[in-house]
Amino acid sequence: MQIIFEKRESVSRQAVILVPIVSFLVSLLFGAILLALSGANPFITYGAMFSGAFGTWNRFTETLVKAIPLMLTGLGVSIAFRMRFWNIGAEGQLTLGGVAAAGVALYLSQGLPGWLVLLLCILAGCIAGAIWAGVPAILKAYLKVDETLTTLMLNYVAILFSEQLYYVSWRAPGYNSGTAPFPETAWLPRIAGRAHIGLFFAIILAGILWFVFNRTRWGFELKIIGENQTAARYLGIDIERNIVLAILLSGAISGLAGASEVLGIARRLQQGLSVGYGYTAIIVAWMAQLNPIVILFVGILMAALLVGGDQIQMKMRLPAAVGLVLQGMILIPMLAGSIFTEYHIRIIRPQKTGVEAEA
Amino acid sequence: MAEEPTPILKMENITKRFPGVLANDHANIEIYPGEVLALLGENGAGKSTLMNVLVGLYRPDEGDIFVRGEHVEIHSPSDAAALGIGMVHQNFMLVPTMTVAENIILGMDGLAFRPDLDKVARRIQEIAEHYNMNVDPYAYIWQLSVGEQQRVEILKLIYRGAEILILDEPTAVLTPQESHELANVLKVMTSEGKSAVFITHKMEEVMEFSHWVRVLRRGRVVDVKKTSETNPQELARLMVGREVLFRLEKEASEPGDVVLELQNVYADNEKGLPALQDVSFTIRQGEILGIAGVAGNGQRQLAEVITGLRKVTGGHIYIQGDEETNHSPLRMIKAGVSHIPADRIGMGAVGDMAVSDNLAMKGYREPPMADGGILHPQLILEFARKMIAAFRIATPSPATHIKFLSGGNIQKAILAREIDACKGLLVAVYPSRGLDVGATESVRKRLLEQRAQGRAVLLISEDLDELITIADRIAVLFEGRVMGIVDSHNADIDALGLMMAGVPKQEAIAETSG
Repeated sequence: MQIIFEKRESVSRQAVILVPIVSFLVSLLFGAILLALSGANPFITYGAMFSGAFGTWNRFTETLVKAIPLMLTGLGVSIAFRMRFWNIGAEGQLTLGGVAAAGVALYLSQGLPGWLVLLLCILAGCIAGAIWAGVPAILKAYLKVDETLTTLMLNYVAILFSEQLYYVSWRAPGYNSGTAPFPETAWLPRIAGRAHIGLFFAIILAGILWFVFNRTRWGFELKIIGENQTAARYLGIDIERNIVLAILLSGAISGLAGASEVLGIARRLQQGLSVGYGYTAIIVAWMAQLNPIVILFVGILMAALLVGGDQIQMKMRLPAAVGLVLQGMILIPMLAGSIFTEYHIRIIRPQKTGVEAEA
Repeated sequence: MAEEPTPILKMENITKRFPGVLANDHANIEIYPGEVLALLGENGAGKSTLMNVLVGLYRPDEGDIFVRGEHVEIHSPSDAAALGIGMVHQNFMLVPTMTVAENIILGMDGLAFRPDLDKVARRIQEIAEHYNMNVDPYAYIWQLSVGEQQRVEILKLIYRGAEILILDEPTAVLTPQESHELANVLKVMTSEGKSAVFITHKMEEVMEFSHWVRVLRRGRVVDVKKTSETNPQELARLMVGREVLFRLEKEASEPGDVVLELQNVYADNEKGLPALQDVSFTIRQGEILGIAGVAGNGQRQLAEVITGLRKVTGGHIYIQGDEETNHSPLRMIKAGVSHIPADRIGMGAVGDMAVSDNLAMKGYREPPMADGGILHPQLILEFARKMIAAFRIATPSPATHIKFLSGGNIQKAILAREIDACKGLLVAVYPSRGLDVGATESVRKRLLEQRAQGRAVLLISEDLDELITIADRIAVLFEGRVMGIVDSHNADIDALGLMMAGVPKQEAIAETSG
């Protein structure tokens, strides 16, 4: 008997839905083994995680609070990944987006009509994120500078810059760190608990991106560039310009995530803006196979893992590391499972047929 | 069945399935020491698959392989190498930045930490001399012509002790002279008891190279013939299962206005060396200008400067009267240039996108397929269905990724897209290379159709018969220069051959007519 992987002729719709679910169950099984080995009851632990993330309305809104930046940055990086542009700088783009939004809220909002303040803050966040992604994009498109390095390094620049601002330059008198609270005109409205309308931004953007990728000329060109640059050039597509435009959009969405975060949650610039959403976004985007609609759901799942992981630390008295290991355990089968959407398994049994058929 | 010695290789009832395709259907082959077996068949007949099974790149779903009478399981190319089986693939497996000697020992078992490359080079030299092959062991692969690279691949296999050589369409990339040299190499090898399997779809090569021929059709071996007892016509019939028209009727055409004019064009290649030098010619409406030449004499660069993919370093290009020198590919497309590139899969198509998307890749910018930046999937699909029917593209559905189609059908899709979008000039680069008889015939018919509709066609080809059949005039390129332009109706193959070797037109004609 023989087991072989065969490439599917086209991606199976059934597999796209089934595979992640089965992978998730396998993940839970692996996690359960790990938990059992470390002396915790897997069922109780999973129960605690689930109830920690979704158990009450309040907890659910907290899960949403974490899901929003994951969704937005996930959408942001997914655009870059479609172009095979390895933007791992969403964290920096998010941070700088937050900084720019804070700057406008604190220093440029006086005397402006209320509705304009919030709009300008959000816009500033988008622009800052776009610029932060645009620099590596231009370097890549026109000078072939490797974008993995530039986007990664710019993260540190952005994060340290933000720290300088809230520890020193923009620090409010009387605080150890952090700026003064923003004027109320710059507050992003909340829907429930601390969950804010950034959620709607994410949902609307996911819809727009789906439409752009699947129904527009530009999306078609991006797809061709992502799949085969030689063909794109031959077909008369301006590769450099399109890469830069797409990455500007990618950075702007991550910038929006940062702006929403400071305007909707802390409402001042302070420590805790850069907590790794931009990195987790990479996982979110790939788990969703770069599908913008799926990114919304994966964003919630990842947020639930984060919140639930915190819960089991507190409730189950498990070491902090267990929560993190569990998150990793759950990811690996999910990512590995994606092979089944592109391949299917065939089992061959040796067939005893008439061998002496023809000479 | 005649009493014969044990075959050195026997494949029995080999069946190999791919998604939606039965690539090999109980195929049988056998080969004896000192023989060359030709596997003849159209594109997609299953020749390459069968050989990939033999070298362990694919596992057969059913069937058995016997080497020297023993039943064997071949799981990988190294298993095959251990049995003395080696394959020269269509795409060479060489590292361009390493030397010939380094490539030949690369990946071999039991190498010293620092192999004695001089010793290797001496051994290579010996083998090369023995087979009358001219190869410098210290040359870098990127410095070699395609023909020379193929020699390196063959040397590699002999160096490693291969007794059975598999050559996958080896002559597709060779000049007539190089093919001839290859035939000599095979003769020496077979005289020493080595064997070869020769994959091809060209009847003349079967006749020239092989002792036996097995004809494959739709994955099945449909017939086995002794080469000396058959002829090209019979083989062609077996191969396609019907009679093939070898000659196409070319109607007289009255050339109209000038569509393409090149004036003293110069261009460099990737290495900054001159690739085109002082190239001038014109093509008129309803005219096909053929470009003949040994591969690597500037043909690719010529197509690239006309399609905007390469900058000229001097001279002018006019399309339909407008200067279009050094304009972008998009400007060239808008000026009316369509392009069937030499590299179908790398440039002409996007493998992981649907056939329908690939067909839309020229028309998607304008109505009806797009309206103000928004695509109309329904109309794209409709267009695809129309093209699939008109050009007889064999595909399971318009949504199938194009990489799953055979080479001939991918080419038909590219042809469909480019011809539909053509607004004046069609640049066709090796359009029938690697295609089977049926597909070649349809490509040539399409080009003639374009000519009849008043388009100008630039046909770059390495097949002189094709050029003489299709083209109105033939320009010969040698080292980036036009050696002369001759009318195809009184073109002489020998004179063309001399021009391809660098003899100017007047001398070449004088020499061959005298």
